[in-house]
Amino acid sequence: MTAAPALSVAGLTVAFGGIVAVNDVTLDLPVGARHALIGPNGAGKTTFVNLLTGTLKPTAGTIRIGDEDVTRLDTRSRVKRGLTRTFQINTLFAGLTPLEAVSLAIAERDDLAGIWWRRLGGFPAVRDEAEALLSSLRLIEHARVPTGELAYGKQRLLEIALALAAKPRILLLDEPAAGIPAGESREVFEVVDALPDDISVLFIEHDMQLVFRFARRIVVLTSGSVLAEGTPDEIRRNDDVRAAYLGSTHV
Amino acid sequence: MPLTLPRRGLFALEILFWIALAASFFVFPDRLYLLTQILIAALFAVSLDIALGYAGILTLGHAVFFGMGAYAAGLLAKAGWAEPLTGLALAFVLCGLVAYALSVMIVRAGELTQLMVTIAVGAIVVEIANQATPITGGSDGLQGISMWPVLGAFDFDLWGKTAFVYTFVVVLALFIVVRRMLQSPYGLALKGIHGNRKRMYALGSPVEGRLRFAYAASAAIAGVAGALLAQTTEFVGLDTLSIDRSAAVLIILVLGGTGRLYGGIVGAIVYMVVHDFFADLSPEFWMFWLGLFLMAIVMIGSGGILGGLSRLVRSERS
Repeated sequence: MTAAPALSVAGLTVAFGGIVAVNDVTLDLPVGARHALIGPNGAGKTTFVNLLTGTLKPTAGTIRIGDEDVTRLDTRSRVKRGLTRTFQINTLFAGLTPLEAVSLAIAERDDLAGIWWRRLGGFPAVRDEAEALLSSLRLIEHARVPTGELAYGKQRLLEIALALAAKPRILLLDEPAAGIPAGESREVFEVVDALPDDISVLFIEHDMQLVFRFARRIVVLTSGSVLAEGTPDEIRRNDDVRAAYLGSTHV
Repeated sequence: MPLTLPRRGLFALEILFWIALAASFFVFPDRLYLLTQILIAALFAVSLDIALGYAGILTLGHAVFFGMGAYAAGLLAKAGWAEPLTGLALAFVLCGLVAYALSVMIVRAGELTQLMVTIAVGAIVVEIANQATPITGGSDGLQGISMWPVLGAFDFDLWGKTAFVYTFVVVLALFIVVRRMLQSPYGLALKGIHGNRKRMYALGSPVEGRLRFAYAASAAIAGVAGALLAQTTEFVGLDTLSIDRSAAVLIILVLGGTGRLYGGIVGAIVYMVVHDFFADLSPEFWMFWLGLFLMAIVMIGSGGILGGLSRLVRSERS
C-alpha cells in the first residue's frame, strides 16, 4: 500500500451558467510531485487552481488533501492544511517592503497576526525566518525597498516567497514566470526546482521549453477536461496532444 | 530626492511634538477651551484613521460612536455617578460592542455599500436620540451634567485648566496604545488587508475577523473622544451624532493625511486653528474661507499635509 497522494481531485466540475469551465477532472498529485498543467488559453487552468484553493466552489466533485476531504472548507482552512498558491498577475503589497510582506505571511501562518499589543520587532524569530527565506531567493538586498519599486522579475520571486512563507506541503504556481524575459525566467524555475522534495508542486506554464525541462509529469487541459496525462516523453509522443494543442510546433 | 531621516530622529520628533502640545497650556492660557477641543477632535480623527486609513473601511457615520460615547458619559453622570474615568470606560466598552455587532454588515460590503450603511445607521441613531427627549433632552441637548473631580482631587475649573490636562493625558495614553497597535503584527495585517485583500485570503488570513476588530477598536476610541467632550463641556447636543460631524472628522483626517498615525492630529490642529481664525476674521463668511482653504490644500497634492511632507522627508524603512 502506498501513501495517500498529497492532493487528489475526483470528478471536479464547475459550471458558470451554461458554461462548463472545468469538466470532470480527476487528478492525483503525489508527494514530491513536479507536475505541469498546460493547455491553450481559456482551457480552465486558473479556474482549476481557484477551485483547489477554495476561491471558487465546485458544482461537483471532491478535493482531498492527504486523507481529508476539503471540498467544503474555505481558503483559510486549506492554507492551514498546507495548500498555497501564487498568482499569474502579481498580487503583492505595493506599499510594504519584501521583509514586511514575508514577515506578515509568517505571522499569519503562526497565528501571530492577531496580536496587537506587542511590537512586530518583539518577534525576532519571525524576522530571522523572513530574512532567511529572502536570502534563499536572492531577494535579501531588496528586502527594505517598497515592493512597488522592485523590478518585475524580483516581484515574481516575491510571489513565490509569500507562498513559501506559509510552509506549504502543496504549492500551486500559476505561471510563475509570466511576463519575465526568457533569459530570466529560468531563474524562477531554478528556485522551483530547488524546493525540498516533501513539497508537491503543480505549475501552470506556457513556455514548453521550461515545461519539458522542469516537469516530471504533465497534465494537458483543453476545454476544461484532461486530454492527457503522463511523463514529458509520453506527452511529447501523444498524437491527441500534438493535434489539439501543440500543433505542428517542434518540442 | 527626499531627505532621509534616521528612525531615532523620527522618534525624537514625536517626543518634541507632544512636548509642544503640552506646552501650549502655558503659551496660550486664555485659549484652553480651543486647545481642549483640538485634542478631542484629534483623538476622534485618529480613531477614524484606524478604520479608514489602516483597515480601509469607508464610513460617513463615525459620529454615531462619538455621540454615543458622549451621551453614555453624560447620562451616567446625570444618573448619579459622575466619576470621569468610569464615564470614559463606559463609552469605550459600549461603542466597542455596538460597533462589533454592526461590523458584520460593514466588513463584507463594498465601499459604496459601506458608505450607505454607515450613513443609514447615523440617520437612525440621530432620530432615536431626537425622539427620546425624556432621556436625551432631544434637540435641547443633554443639560445639567456636573462632573466629579478627576481622580477625586482635580475639580473642573472655569478656566478649563483641569479639562485640558485631563484631556491631554487621556488622548496621549490612547494614542500610545493606538501607535503600539499599528506597529504590531496586527497593524501589519491591517496594512496587508488594505493593500491587497486577495493576497491576504491566499495567506490564510481571517480577513473579516481582523477588520471587525479594527472597526470595534476605532469606534471604542471615538466613543472616548465623545465622552471627553461631554465631560469637559458638561453638555451633549444632537450635533455630536450628526453626519456634519462625521464629515468634519473625515475632512480633518484627509487634510492631515490618512494612514499616517499623526494625520488626524495634524489635521485637527490645522483645521481647528484655521476655523477659529476665519470665524474671528469674518463671522459671517468663515465657512466660505474655510472651504477655499481646504481646496487650496487639496491642490497641493494627495496624502494631505503629512503626505506632502513625506515627499520631502523620508524615514528609514524597517
